[in-house]
Amino acid sequence: MAFVQEPLPYDPGALESHGMSAKTFEFHYGKHHAAYVTNLNNMTKDTELADKSLEEVIQISFKDSAKAGIFNNAAQVWNHTFFWNSMTPSGGGGAPTGAIAAKIDSDLGGYEKFKEAFKTAAATQFGSGWAWLVLENGTLKVTKTGNAENPLVYGQVPLLTLDVWEHAYYIDFQNRRPDFIQNYLEQLVNWDFANQNLAAA
Amino acid sequence: MTFSRRHFLTLLGATTGTAAFSLVGLPETSPIAATQPAAAARLWDRTAQASETFKLPPLPYAYDALEPHIDAETMQFHHDKHHAAYVKNLNAAIDQYPDLKLMTAEEMLRQIDTIPESIRTTVRNNGGGHVNHSMFWEIMSPTGGGSPSGALATAIRQAFGSFEAFQTTFNTAGAKQFGSGWAWLVMNPTGDLEVISTPNQDSPLMQGYYPIMGNDVWEHAYYLRYRNKRDEYLKAWWNVLNWEAIAQRYEAAVQV
Repeated sequence: MAFVQEPLPYDPGALESHGMSAKTFEFHYGKHHAAYVTNLNNMTKDTELADKSLEEVIQISFKDSAKAGIFNNAAQVWNHTFFWNSMTPSGGGGAPTGAIAAKIDSDLGGYEKFKEAFKTAAATQFGSGWAWLVLENGTLKVTKTGNAENPLVYGQVPLLTLDVWEHAYYIDFQNRRPDFIQNYLEQLVNWDFANQNLAAA
Repeated sequence: MTFSRRHFLTLLGATTGTAAFSLVGLPETSPIAATQPAAAARLWDRTAQASETFKLPPLPYAYDALEPHIDAETMQFHHDKHHAAYVKNLNAAIDQYPDLKLMTAEEMLRQIDTIPESIRTTVRNNGGGHVNHSMFWEIMSPTGGGSPSGALATAIRQAFGSFEAFQTTFNTAGAKQFGSGWAWLVMNPTGDLEVISTPNQDSPLMQGYYPIMGNDVWEHAYYLRYRNKRDEYLKAWWNVLNWEAIAQRYEAAVQV
């Protein structure tokens, strides 16, 4: 069974008034994410990986340097789907609520400290990559990964992510990655999604 | 900063400058600047503005000079914002280690393992970014395109079979560099030409290779005009190549 591109959880123009344009989604979802799915299907066709789950393909290919191309595409398929869900058009951004809020207080020293850590991780990921809020051995942690790598391969549970490849922000913010990060924190973060991931962990 | 100083430094093989030449009170093109003993240069260096050790070289042509292949808006962001940030970050890093101000950025990259660990990654990323982009502007021209001639053309034919085969190999390297990085034509330590790619701002100098020409495949190099179509950018880039400048870099590589 072929890998499929999950539908966007909102309209491509839904975040337009929150700093992420329909034009960005046209390319980011419509071209970049779609291309990873196409590449992954082409690269795994008629192999034993074609029948594995996406998460299994990520884990298997990560451990095999001969499968680096498969890993890059599989992880990018997963990362982007997780990223779309990490944002919401309704009431996104700002201070967290629910269980994640209490855990940010206890594990990270509060929302302000979380924001600083997240901004630093996202701004200092040199080149292409991702910033994450993860659960590691039951404790919250802010991390960053290069290119396609994600927390799954390090045994961490991803709770939220931000894509800091230049294609994620160049149409809306050009070189101003810090403004893109700020906008994500203030207007886009889907804390309900983070709470769901925390509850399921 | 004048073009003549850039040219002067190019002749010295120090294309991205060093504090030894950033002397207070001397004309920038003065030959004295190049012949001072290291100790004197060191003394003068400490009187120089620390934050100006490395300088953003001016674009050698107008922002829109490479249209339609590379658009003016891209050139403006790429040079004035991205390259400028590398210079700023590099200067901030070496401010903590005044002795490093006597080295060129190229020298730091060639000896990256000797750079103090606390700033090594910063120098690798931002020194690399500075050197790579300084080369990038120089090897493009509004009157560029065509194909190489002379010794470089011969060397390319010998290494790759034909100019067209070289172009294909180079474009493939650029297309396959996952994430941010560069595609390169380099001279390896045994004097042979090779096409390689490097991630992020890693310079071939760090591996003992001499970079003869390189194309930037960070998305910021092409996203405003080409969006996700990196392959179209890679093809268009050949229309702006300054083969005279590239041949000079080849000659410099031969002499290293």
